[in-house]
Amino acid sequence: MNNPTFTLDGKTIPFTEGQTIIQAAIAASVYIPHLCFNPEFKAHGSCKLCTVKANGRKTASCTAQPQPDMIVESNIQELNDERRALLQMLFVEGNHFCPSCEMSGQCQLQATAYELNMMSPHFDHFFPDRPLDASHPEYLLDFNRCILCSLCVQASRDVDGKNVFALAGRGINSHLIVNASQLAETGFSGDDKAAHVCPVGVILKKRVGFVVPVGQRKYDLLPISALAKGD
Amino acid sequence: MVSQVSTHAGYLDDILARHHHRTNQLLQVLIEAQAHYGYIHTSAIDYLSLQLQLPRAQIEGVASFYSFLYLQPHGDYRVLFSDNITDRMLGNMDLMLSLCKQLWVEPGKISEDGLLFVSTTSCTGMCDQGPALLINNIAINQLTGERINEICVLIRERVPLLEWPAEYFEIADNIRRSDILLGSNFQSGRSLTALLQRGTAETLQQIKVSRLRGRGGAGFSTGMKWELCQAATGREHFVVCNADEGEPGTFKDRVLLNRYADMVFEGMTLCARIIGAKRGFLYLRGEYRYLLEPLLSVLQGRREKNLLGTSILGNNDFNFDIEIHLGAGAYVCGEESALIESLEGHRGTPRNRPPFPVTHGYLNQPTVVNNVETFAATCLIAQNGGAWYAGIGTDTSSGSKILSVSGDCERPGLYEYPFGVTVAQVLSDCGAKDTQAVQISGPSGVCIAAGEFQRRIAFDDIPTAGAFMVFDQSRDMFEVARNFVHFFAHESCGFCTPCRVGTSLLSNMMDKLSQGHGSACDLVEIEKLNLLLQSTSHCGLGHSACNPVLDTIAKFKPAYDIRLTHKEFTPAFDLDSALSQARQMTGRDDAGAHLRECE
Amino acid sequence: MPVPAKLRVATTSLAGCFGCHMSILDIDERLLALLELIEFDRSPLTDIKHCGPCDIGIIEGGVCNAENVHVLREFRANCKTLIAIGACAINGGLPAQRNHLSVSTILNEVYQTQHGLVGGFIPNDPELPLLLDKVHPIHEVVKIDYFIPGCPPSADAIWKVLTDLLAGKTPELGHGLISYD
Repeated sequence: MNNPTFTLDGKTIPFTEGQTIIQAAIAASVYIPHLCFNPEFKAHGSCKLCTVKANGRKTASCTAQPQPDMIVESNIQELNDERRALLQMLFVEGNHFCPSCEMSGQCQLQATAYELNMMSPHFDHFFPDRPLDASHPEYLLDFNRCILCSLCVQASRDVDGKNVFALAGRGINSHLIVNASQLAETGFSGDDKAAHVCPVGVILKKRVGFVVPVGQRKYDLLPISALAKGD
Repeated sequence: MVSQVSTHAGYLDDILARHHHRTNQLLQVLIEAQAHYGYIHTSAIDYLSLQLQLPRAQIEGVASFYSFLYLQPHGDYRVLFSDNITDRMLGNMDLMLSLCKQLWVEPGKISEDGLLFVSTTSCTGMCDQGPALLINNIAINQLTGERINEICVLIRERVPLLEWPAEYFEIADNIRRSDILLGSNFQSGRSLTALLQRGTAETLQQIKVSRLRGRGGAGFSTGMKWELCQAATGREHFVVCNADEGEPGTFKDRVLLNRYADMVFEGMTLCARIIGAKRGFLYLRGEYRYLLEPLLSVLQGRREKNLLGTSILGNNDFNFDIEIHLGAGAYVCGEESALIESLEGHRGTPRNRPPFPVTHGYLNQPTVVNNVETFAATCLIAQNGGAWYAGIGTDTSSGSKILSVSGDCERPGLYEYPFGVTVAQVLSDCGAKDTQAVQISGPSGVCIAAGEFQRRIAFDDIPTAGAFMVFDQSRDMFEVARNFVHFFAHESCGFCTPCRVGTSLLSNMMDKLSQGHGSACDLVEIEKLNLLLQSTSHCGLGHSACNPVLDTIAKFKPAYDIRLTHKEFTPAFDLDSALSQARQMTGRDDAGAHLRECE
Repeated sequence: MPVPAKLRVATTSLAGCFGCHMSILDIDERLLALLELIEFDRSPLTDIKHCGPCDIGIIEGGVCNAENVHVLREFRANCKTLIAIGACAINGGLPAQRNHLSVSTILNEVYQTQHGLVGGFIPNDPELPLLLDKVHPIHEVVKIDYFIPGCPPSADAIWKVLTDLLAGKTPELGHGLISYD
């Protein structure tokens, strides 16, 4: 029995019932830019980087399901321009100083911005004031880099059963909080799934920063698109 | 610490008991906790976390989402001036500044003695009788300088709100034109009796024949929605009435709930019978908190008449009751899936759709969400038949529409017309003169300029949720758009990138123009942002956040052009003011200590 | 065929560390090829103090004080094409890490309350440029045409952008050349 298929930028992609467009694309080793989507978790659908045109209609490919023979466009200038603008929004919303970030070279936000040729943040910066949380003996939280993907919220709640993280506030004041006055007072541990899902540099293991030399870091070696899963 | 907890346990235990310790009631519990204590104390969160078995971060996450909930002390008197453009046109800013000056408090801050907090809030739904404010969530309208002076005295003397003059809190219905709905002589139970006589299948058929479409603005077929929900399988079905009337300039639901609540509840009961629901909710926006007690007594009256509760009108298999949930200052909860999230006690974030509420709504069960006016209209159809209803209005838009008219006109208030009425007719009826533009269906709707006044209110011409704001020639349409853009930035839920960041960028750009830093480059940027918001946002809020700007650029471009005062790109901030702190610290005021805007 | 006139290029560093200029020098022997095509106007390389009419201006560093604003405006007024080079010019970089502090807090701490400081005072010499309340990337102050990210950008990235521009192409940096650190 043949699986139904759709075409993605001219390539035929098979899919199974219940799969989303991006899941089918990843299974076929085709890259669609994304940030809040992680194949191990239920799609959040918030970053909108993975927006594609499905039969001409724009939709987030992490939540939309393909239909047989659907025509999906992803790697086209119109969408890549929009994705770049979304990335620029994320860069000006927080404080993203790559040169001093331990995740530089292994950060999905940065690697995706490279992929989409983002030469500048373009917009005016918000320069928010977001204090660090260094209370935990093993881990540091640098909220300056949070893109509100809520993967840590999901991981801690659904995998670790701990509910260490949550989103608070509204609109441009949305922010990540922990389930106590500081991280050290929660049950957070380095063994938690939540410690390993941050696509940017918010949840950082202490004393291991910058151990991988420049030139050998994850995305120094290959662009994010070449790591087909894009993680 | 122990005494802290016991302080909060004292009142929280009562509140929790009233809500049966149900986690879905979290928002309701928080609203009541704040009403009791003035704000939500961190120890109160700890106690609720323990009692409801919810993570404290989740409770804090919910509380911090809603504008009317505070996690820090916010004074004994919390004064929020309604800041819709119609309030602005009636001088709300001067009134707020006068109050602030008299009481020695800065807008947005708590007074030093902790007595009061003054700020602005999104439209409170009193545009026909503004300027308006909310004090501790209770509405006061028709503000004048004199009334503000009186309020200052009452606050300074710490007079409890209950002892304030009753006329402050009077709210007029201002029904100016009635048609089939507002003019109906509704009698409780008649629609239900008609339903029971006709049977559910045939009544649903009548709703379909009527071609009734949702009155919240989107215009989905009501009959089809009910049919889809009826057909959906689930543990339980639910009926939800969306009374989160947050679109600036809309206030028809306020009047419907004040005067026609019985009819609205009966419409919900019709729906319940058809889709097989036992429970229903009315989600009442926090701004209409004053309607809660009257609505509860209407519900009680219906129970006493056996129109609600168990064995309705003697039918053993007809059981249905309605709960009222309050909102707490979040426009986005008017979006049906966000409303459901809020009903469940969560942050009001719109869900990923599909699935839609008709199959996966409240508690993931089949749910009908309809507007207040839609439910009321179904009573008319149940009584008079679908064909009768379909014969009113136009081909695409059957029945009548209630418009909330405000702004520059002699007689603001409610106007009900059969669909198809022209904008010009409404303007003439409400006594509008020298009209420059009308904003129809609120900031997310359309701005109509004088050349288009022959257009009609109908789904295939100008669809509307009801707002009809009139602007005469004296108004600056750029400032109208700027007010709306600020509204969207304030109300963005923050879930998706384009709306969370884009609405703030857009309002900063509009402020830049307003402050005289604009150049042609900025207009190009504004247009690019508009397109991005439209094409990538998660829900209707983001999609429509740029409508006011797109419309006013298209129709009132000169209002923008005069603000593009610079030939070259100019910074959004004032360079010379950016040196003021350093000047102060160094005591310098020489020429080198200043920057001119251009060289 | 007449020899085309050399393009005039000016460079400067605002709130930067001259690291990007070091990277320009890192172009090494290719500088000689470059100098066949361009000549430098105002630049730390020439010590010319003011910028005359130029084809290309290259600016390192963000805008942190009044003098930075004057220099940036001089470049914008004189250069047909203005390029922001490096993290500080593009997003404020390290100097912008002060943006969550008020200027008064900073001046007080640096000149008056810092540990070990005796009899300190906040200097008020008109020769010293006053600080802006925030450090801004240069695109927030004037219109910028192109950006070369990096801290600093590699010599290869700079070479690529300049040669693309000289060839009349929109500069593009692929994998390995585009870098924010």
